[in-house]
Amino acid sequence: MAEATTVTLSSPRATQERRVTRVLLITGALTFLALLLFLPLAMVFAEAFRNGWEGFTAAITEPDALAAVRLTLVVAAIAVPLNTLFGLAAAWTVAKFDFRGKSVLVTLIDLPFSVSPVISGLIYVLLFGSHSLLGQWLAENNIEIIFAVPGIVLATVFVTVPFVARELIPLMQEQGAEEEEAALSLGASGWQTFWRVTLPNIRWGLLYGVLLCNARAMGEFGAVSVVSGHIRGMTNTTPLHVEILYNEYNFVAAFAVACLLALLAFLTLGLKSLLEWRHGAELAASRRL
Amino acid sequence: MSATTATAGYDGPDPIRSAARGRGWKEPSILPGFRLTLAYTLLWLGLIVLIPLGGLFVSSAALGWEGFWHVVAEERALGALRLSFVTALVAAAINAVTGLLLAWVLTRYSFPGRRLVDALIDLPFALPTAVAGIALATLYAPNGWVGSLLDPLGIKVAYTPLGIIVALTFIGLPFVVRTVQPVLEELDRELEEAAATLGATRWQTITRVILPTVLPALLTGFALALARAVGEYGSVIFIAGNIPYVSEIAPLLIVIRLEEFDYEGATAVAVAMLLISFVLLFFINAVQAWNRRRIGNG
Repeated sequence: MAEATTVTLSSPRATQERRVTRVLLITGALTFLALLLFLPLAMVFAEAFRNGWEGFTAAITEPDALAAVRLTLVVAAIAVPLNTLFGLAAAWTVAKFDFRGKSVLVTLIDLPFSVSPVISGLIYVLLFGSHSLLGQWLAENNIEIIFAVPGIVLATVFVTVPFVARELIPLMQEQGAEEEEAALSLGASGWQTFWRVTLPNIRWGLLYGVLLCNARAMGEFGAVSVVSGHIRGMTNTTPLHVEILYNEYNFVAAFAVACLLALLAFLTLGLKSLLEWRHGAELAASRRL
Repeated sequence: MSATTATAGYDGPDPIRSAARGRGWKEPSILPGFRLTLAYTLLWLGLIVLIPLGGLFVSSAALGWEGFWHVVAEERALGALRLSFVTALVAAAINAVTGLLLAWVLTRYSFPGRRLVDALIDLPFALPTAVAGIALATLYAPNGWVGSLLDPLGIKVAYTPLGIIVALTFIGLPFVVRTVQPVLEELDRELEEAAATLGATRWQTITRVILPTVLPALLTGFALALARAVGEYGSVIFIAGNIPYVSEIAPLLIVIRLEEFDYEGATAVAVAMLLISFVLLFFINAVQAWNRRRIGNG
């Protein structure tokens, strides 16, 4: 590249920064990411393996840790399918039909994203807690919701409500309703149309939404913390177990369990990138949050 | 149009169909399942979101305006709310600047590992907040990898409001990058060439052509990061130090009030937070509406 001092169209200077500027900007961006992303990640693994492989395996095979992982899997196994079903129903209604009040409905679907996780837990404590009327009735009938697994599931469902719907709504709006209309006019039933036309069209977007929903369901901390009661081995999810271990200054164990959650995050990001790379065109128009 | 933000992806009703409206509240369609899916959507939203959230407001109404004000205007609650919003604002502002930088570097330059870095930007969405919290707290503690370098300089990050800002910046990192990136990708290079032919320097092109185009997305990303940061709990409590009046955030105060069985106190702080967050949400939507009008895709 010749050093062009005059600005001409053929000169890269016209539409590109100088090499020095580029290198500086890239270095700045990567330094920022190193301080905020890469070093903390490296930290998790370094601390987890501080006492070697044995220390790590001992921490994650300890009964309370196993119980926490099991509870996390159970909660996600309930919350994710429920919100997937909701996402499909909501997307069908919003994307395939035109009706008054649609934008209000869409805002309501997004609402849990703008509620602090702690408040998401608090509302269920207020509703089902022992001082409310409903809570007293539940206590008389020996039904436990708050400080028990149902409360954890409810709080998790609340914070993960929008994920699948948000991925599917724009995608299905883009696809329109022509294919479904064609299938119906050729004599297909409603369910046949859904299973054979709609679902194949949205499968990758659906998977994408489910993936993000699952990551949040398994990693949720604030909302679950408020409703859990923190009973070791009983109502302790994996993120809560990390907190307990950390607060007991059992750092190696805390980071070992955190390591499992970090691996889950990597798996989620890996699959997400794979979906974007292989099936980008079948996801909603562009990346979204 | 690129749909990157909270509600921007949902197009309004078709104008031609809207003009024909008036017979009812719903456009006729041969597709089945409208009533079923709408009923299910409303039922689920009602049971999971609206009734419990409504309950919160009913509880706070039981407090009365004076009771509510008494709790919220109390020094500790006021301090926590102020801390939450100020640190969230600072973190979102840092996110706006660094997010723009990251989006620019990722879309315009090539360097080794660019795709990996691009994928890792979403990590704060995927990594459980408690993990981020303990990792950042350990890293920035006075004996941590970074903290021990800052300590001799007299800079304390962990267990101070500065630590809160670090955690919130981590949490808000992807928002601005992911709202600005698609706009930069779609930006017509010919515009920049045209500016250059007309004699603009590179800096003028960036500030007068590129920045105004990116600004609405940047504002949206800023507002989303802000909204997220205000309510954040998991990543903050480990690094914050949680000293009342100094480094105690509003969500933590709610948790503390709950543990003291002070449900009124918890409710009032929660309602105050929610009201401010809803104002933010309204602001996000207003920015998006303005954005859509501006680019003529309303």
